[in-house]
Amino acid sequence: MTDFNYTIKDFKSENEVRWCPGCGDYAIMNAVQRTMAGMGLPKEKFAVISGIGCSSRFPYYMNTFGFHTIHGRAAAVASGVKLANPSLSVWVITGDGDAMAIGGNHFIHTIRRNIDLNVILFNNRIYGLTKGQYSPTSDRGFKSKTSPYGTIEDPFVPGQLVIGSRGTFYARGIDTNLKLSESIFQAAAEHKGTSVVEVLQNCVIYNNGVHNEITSPEHRADRQLILEHGKPMLFGAENEKGIIMEKGRLKVAWIGENGITEDDVLVHDAHEPDPTLHMALINMSLPEFPVAFGVIRSVQAPVYDIEMENQIEQVQKSRKITSVDELLSSGNTWEVTGNGNGNGSPKDCPGKEIK
Amino acid sequence: MKDAKVIELEEVAIRFSGDSGDGMQLTGTLFSDATALIGNDISTFPDYPSEIRAPQGTVGGVSGFQVQFGQKQVTTPGDYAHVLVAMNPAAVKANARFMNAGGTIIYDSDSFTEKNLNKAGFKTDDPFSECNLDDYRKIAVPVTSMTRESLKDFGLDNKSILRSKNMFALGLVCWMFNRPLEYIEEFIRNKFAKKPVVVDSNIKVLHAGYNYGMNMQHMTPTYMVHPAEIEQGTYRNVNGNYATAWGFIAAAEKAGLELFLGSYPITPATDILSALSERKDLGVKTFQAEDEIAGITSAIGAAFAGDLAITTTSGPGLALKSEAIGLAVMAELPIVIVNVQRGGPSTGLPTKTEQSDLMQALYGRNGESPVVILAASSPSDCFFYAFKAAKIALERMVPVILLTDGFLGNGSEPWKIPKMEELPPITPRIAKDADAFKAYKRDENLLARDWAFPGMAGFEHRIGGLEKNIAGTVSHDPENHQMNCQIREDKVQKVVDLVPDLEVCGDDDGDVLVVGWGGTYGHLISTVRELRKEGKNVSLAHFNYIKPLPKNTEEVFRKFKKIIVCELNLGQFASYLRDKMPGFEYHQINKVKGLPFTVNELKEGIYKLLEE
Repeated sequence: MTDFNYTIKDFKSENEVRWCPGCGDYAIMNAVQRTMAGMGLPKEKFAVISGIGCSSRFPYYMNTFGFHTIHGRAAAVASGVKLANPSLSVWVITGDGDAMAIGGNHFIHTIRRNIDLNVILFNNRIYGLTKGQYSPTSDRGFKSKTSPYGTIEDPFVPGQLVIGSRGTFYARGIDTNLKLSESIFQAAAEHKGTSVVEVLQNCVIYNNGVHNEITSPEHRADRQLILEHGKPMLFGAENEKGIIMEKGRLKVAWIGENGITEDDVLVHDAHEPDPTLHMALINMSLPEFPVAFGVIRSVQAPVYDIEMENQIEQVQKSRKITSVDELLSSGNTWEVTGNGNGNGSPKDCPGKEIK
Repeated sequence: MKDAKVIELEEVAIRFSGDSGDGMQLTGTLFSDATALIGNDISTFPDYPSEIRAPQGTVGGVSGFQVQFGQKQVTTPGDYAHVLVAMNPAAVKANARFMNAGGTIIYDSDSFTEKNLNKAGFKTDDPFSECNLDDYRKIAVPVTSMTRESLKDFGLDNKSILRSKNMFALGLVCWMFNRPLEYIEEFIRNKFAKKPVVVDSNIKVLHAGYNYGMNMQHMTPTYMVHPAEIEQGTYRNVNGNYATAWGFIAAAEKAGLELFLGSYPITPATDILSALSERKDLGVKTFQAEDEIAGITSAIGAAFAGDLAITTTSGPGLALKSEAIGLAVMAELPIVIVNVQRGGPSTGLPTKTEQSDLMQALYGRNGESPVVILAASSPSDCFFYAFKAAKIALERMVPVILLTDGFLGNGSEPWKIPKMEELPPITPRIAKDADAFKAYKRDENLLARDWAFPGMAGFEHRIGGLEKNIAGTVSHDPENHQMNCQIREDKVQKVVDLVPDLEVCGDDDGDVLVVGWGGTYGHLISTVRELRKEGKNVSLAHFNYIKPLPKNTEEVFRKFKKIIVCELNLGQFASYLRDKMPGFEYHQINKVKGLPFTVNELKEGIYKLLEE
């Protein structure tokens, strides 16, 4: 599909990458660059917009158009970019503090409007750039510099906010799983509308190992459910476990036990408009359940930027006013002529003429 | 029966007043438009409460609309009304202090019941005495019962009938001032095209009011105001908010760019958002954002991506946009921020006018954060200053704040329609040479950088809120930061070559120079004219360019013995002048009542200074 023969190098800028050694951000950027190289779009069509936080340095490292904005506002800036030029591929780079706290309002409204943006939410459950304060995704009781006795508040689950905002695309990935990330980013880029990809990302300095329970190699098979549209929800080293529906609730079952066969296992339907099951998959957490990854929801709905262009086109089809001159002389106007009341001079000073 | 009394006036002010549900804004607007159409110059001033429907019959719920028209230039809606139309006792109470001595009060006698007098807080059954209006001509008109009577065959319910009361008053006033009804009838026909019964009933009542005046002419005076001597051309009425919106559409057309507005509704700026939302036919993109911050940040995104991008707000909204304005300063993107000022601080007086956001516009951001600041001075010249703000932003890659106010935004006046070909060109600084392009490489003289946006092959670059070097790479170098702070300030100062010299209305030198800025122009020029007629040596210098100030400012000031700065705040422009144009003594006249100046109070203040 690519006409440009780009490689990942074409998307790396001359700037030295300054994330901490071992930071999960490196792997995520690699996956994004690979995805972009393969999209068949000319490089100048990409715009990468970020807020504030470690991950938000991302645009500087990309050899595309980039804008490192202010805390929490990336989604709103990106909305303006996309509406100014809907032919662009616009990517939003944000973190759990940027998108869930200070930028929460823009996050939910962007999703509600379904503007065609690809939002990558780096979730390390900590404020890294300000050196280690708890974030809106930190677990209750989490100890940090600003919660030395543990937090007394519950975290946001980003996917719940996406569903609650009528999101059309939500996926979850892991920084270290490059292959999974790349396939998710591709799907996000292809999706028309706001695509939100939450990537569980490790902060080696302030929250090292925060996702280890889920991501460590010895537990990976049992604690991760990688969803694929149209495939049964199986997991475990030998795919010996599956997700079934029992009395209206999800449940983990062993294939072959209690008469459970593979036919009883739910088949993932990312395109189902009803978000009930998607929400249940988002809510699955340890220890009762594995954590769901992959594209959890991808449905079609009207896209803001397309609708905006359509509306302008529709109105223009039957328009009576085609220029500013016509606009200014539309409606009630009257002529002042030289019949005794029109011989005055222009309204006097200051001069109305623009100089 | 005596003949009707005919009063000939050079200019006359009428105030329509009633409950906020009585349709007084529409009545006033229709009368103003009909008046402008027959050749009078006009100026209008809607004065309404912030509650959409405050308790009926109370003083807090009174909505007013004042229009002044005349045979000469009319630059203010008039300090005091010659004629007050009062639909209930509360309207009398609320407006007594806005009456011209010996004026005429037309009131709906049906609504002057004990209950309504109580609601308005009158203690006796003589509201006029209580308000010291004994010497005024009072004309009791049974508006409600006459309206009911003329609609008795229409089969309408009581509520619909009462809704037409304002048309009776309008018809009566049209008779008094000899205004033809055709324009108003046409308006009613268009507005209610789908409801013929509403058209018929309103027109019936309008005529009933007109005929009532004719039949009762022994008690109703009529006024003659000849058409004004104004420049030839095609005219229309326009209010400041529409003029602002259209100025930006004109700028976009001139610059060959698409127009993007990111905005959040806020009184009194919302009409700009509405006016631009109506213009899908001209391809205008409007984005009603989730908050003030998204309003400006979406505009910044659109500016980054190559649109003429603007955001509109009022005082509290400007406060919320501060951080993002700083981003636009740092990223050096062309955006215009419109602040239709209202009474502050905080929520303040949402529907009232004030000029108290000047310091906020100048300094209300973190860091050294200079922007260009313009201020419009009449409803119609909002068009030119919106256009000019866009021109400066696009040609100098700098954020521009345009200050208007509630008085300009809602007020209207006749406007000689300009032609696009008369407007100056706008040449955005779009980058041309990809090989030589660097994000912060500047024109040596103008200090403006070039504009390259996504989609332009070979121009890929990064910008942002962090301090940068020329290439756009983040830099914490101390020398680089100091240099860039200076450059950003100097770049704004260089805009002075797009700023016309300050003109003096009156003499080039003399005893007193009245100094004003923005929306007070109409009252200041009226004041200066009247004083000069009285033989006083007084001139006016009115500022539309606040930052940078016109080049000749100091030269102008030097030629006057006394300078008096008049503004609707506690002295913000005076402070700014003390800082930027030191060496002069700046006297002050200040008003912070949520109301425009009156010519009388300005004259009194200046008399005092002349005596000193």
